[in-house]
Amino acid sequence: MPEGKLCNKQTVDTKEQLEALLADKGGKQYYEEMNHLDVNKSALTATLKKVVKSRFKTWLEICSHCGLCAESCFYYLANDRDPTQVPSYKIQSTLGKMLKRKGDVDNAFMQMCMDTAFAKCTCCTRCGVYCPFGIDTGVMFAYLRGILFSQGFSPWEMKIGTGMHRIYRAQMDVTVEDWVETCEWMAEEYEADWPGLTIPVDKENADIMYTVNAREPKHYPEDIAEAAILFHVAGENWTVPGEGWEETSLAMFAGDVAACKMQVESVYTAMDRLKPKRMVVTECGHAYRATVIEGPYWAGLKNGKTPVESIHYIEWVAEALRTGKLKIDPSKKIKEPVTYQDSCNYIRNGGLADVAREIMSYIAEDFREMNPCREHNFCCGGGGGLNGIGRYRQQRNIGLKIKRDQIQETGAKLVVAPCHNCWDAIRDMEEIYKIGIRWTFLKPLLIKMLEVPEHLKPKDE
Amino acid sequence: MYEFVTGPLAWLAFGLFAVGIIVRVVRYVRGLDWQADRVTYTVNVKFGVKGALRSIFYWLLPYGTRSWRKNPGFTFLVFLLHIGLLFTPIFLQAHNVLLKERWGISLWTIPESAADLLTIAVIFAAVFLALRRIALTEVRIITNAYDYLMLLIAVAPFITGIIARYQVANYQFWLILHILCGEILLVAIPFTKLSHFILFFASRAQLGMDYGIKRGGMKGKGLAW
Repeated sequence: MPEGKLCNKQTVDTKEQLEALLADKGGKQYYEEMNHLDVNKSALTATLKKVVKSRFKTWLEICSHCGLCAESCFYYLANDRDPTQVPSYKIQSTLGKMLKRKGDVDNAFMQMCMDTAFAKCTCCTRCGVYCPFGIDTGVMFAYLRGILFSQGFSPWEMKIGTGMHRIYRAQMDVTVEDWVETCEWMAEEYEADWPGLTIPVDKENADIMYTVNAREPKHYPEDIAEAAILFHVAGENWTVPGEGWEETSLAMFAGDVAACKMQVESVYTAMDRLKPKRMVVTECGHAYRATVIEGPYWAGLKNGKTPVESIHYIEWVAEALRTGKLKIDPSKKIKEPVTYQDSCNYIRNGGLADVAREIMSYIAEDFREMNPCREHNFCCGGGGGLNGIGRYRQQRNIGLKIKRDQIQETGAKLVVAPCHNCWDAIRDMEEIYKIGIRWTFLKPLLIKMLEVPEHLKPKDE
Repeated sequence: MYEFVTGPLAWLAFGLFAVGIIVRVVRYVRGLDWQADRVTYTVNVKFGVKGALRSIFYWLLPYGTRSWRKNPGFTFLVFLLHIGLLFTPIFLQAHNVLLKERWGISLWTIPESAADLLTIAVIFAAVFLALRRIALTEVRIITNAYDYLMLLIAVAPFITGIIARYQVANYQFWLILHILCGEILLVAIPFTKLSHFILFFASRAQLGMDYGIKRGGMKGKGLAW
């Protein structure tokens, strides 16, 4: 069978295709079909030629096999220093081999590549920081995922995710109506406690256009309310776009560049339409990476920047605390030891390490750094889409051990994790390893600590 | 024979070396693609240059990066090897005497004892780097015969050179072998993995630009390598 009904080289562009995939619980049929999926060798050769240019060729060629990347990789450490987890080995035995064989590879090889690219690398890019030649294996794996995607070798959830982006311009089936209704609902729900609270949709020329992760309207709508409360207290002139509100990109994890482009362009179109001064992205790592850091390249914006200046939520928080737009009640600062989870996507790959520390200096009395931290921090264990892939649950859970040990070494029982993936990974870690920790986004923490101006408090009846 | 290996053959080796490394750099740069690599190489140039220079500088500095500091023994051997490989042939008295004879020019030279020491250091470092490849499982798994060959090509001129210098055996034989090994090394640089002689700078600059322009360089102080 060259092409499966569900597992094939086609992209998911219709609701019918998407529903068929979703109906296949756990991807049972999908993975069965994958075992029979043919490799289109000439197409693979052409893709390789397009993707593997001088940067990757040089990386693969000059690697002197020194092994310094080994200890930089949390998977290597979490798997008892298994040599097959050395980043250099992982990339040479997949992309390296694919290239040497000029695309003449079989189904088993492609599946091995998929398993390696998703279950042995979260594209955290830490190894690139430890390689004397600057060989960024994480980046190569991200592109390898794209090569595999073009041949139909992508985890079931990733295939669904790309379909969601293509159809709904969101990683989940949240329509524009669902989104706008959720905003209205949340504003009503919290209005009693916060008089005058609104969630303005499609307001033009606002100072801030706020964009989110689809999980928020779908599963955690209170997160949107919390964002609204903080903007409200800070006195911001803000809005959310009716269309183009979604920042995340499972398409980026899957390597479906065409879907990546569609997704970020929906946000950029909202920017053009609403003409805000700035965009603020919710507490999510990969969403920021996708739409702010990588997005302009997918969209072909030659200056590498989003149409309007875009900042991460932690940048907005730091600024609001610095300028006094938000004031913390000193008696409500966090007294217990607390640590911060540096998200690879906006710390190592976004340069926001100092911003995170600035926030902690305002809100915590006993802030404990993880070791290593900042740009050198380890991935939470759930990056690169791994949290959401059932096929690799066991490998993900082993990988969590490194973050677990890092957190425990700080002695802190509270982890601030302003990133959806990190937050999920830490939640699952607690569920599996039961180390007695709590984890939180910034928004609920801040709301508890705020000094609220009198005029914003509810009037007693 | 001596005239041949130090004459036409030397010209050929130096020619291939020079043209080869230029071609490697040109091909590298021409193969870069701002959209595919997702780095605006020609926009935000100031940040790119800063990122590239930081990336090269810290990695050229012994123990200048976290990775170097975490692996002190390896770092010592790597710097010993590379300092010896680069400085010894350029500043060796005997090489400069030859240069003076042929072209009438000569560089500053190091004392013979220093050159001996550097040569021994190169051989010492190479031996231990080879042993490291065997001893550590994480290195062994990625090591192949090609890696040992590279080490051999790099160190052969030093082994043959010091044998010739001390005239422990047939001087003429070892001298010519030494020159041939040197020429093999020169030619191997652009055509093998040893191209990191120049592509180290290209690759480091590229990742430095990536970090300097896109991955945080325009927000923070720049990556703490």
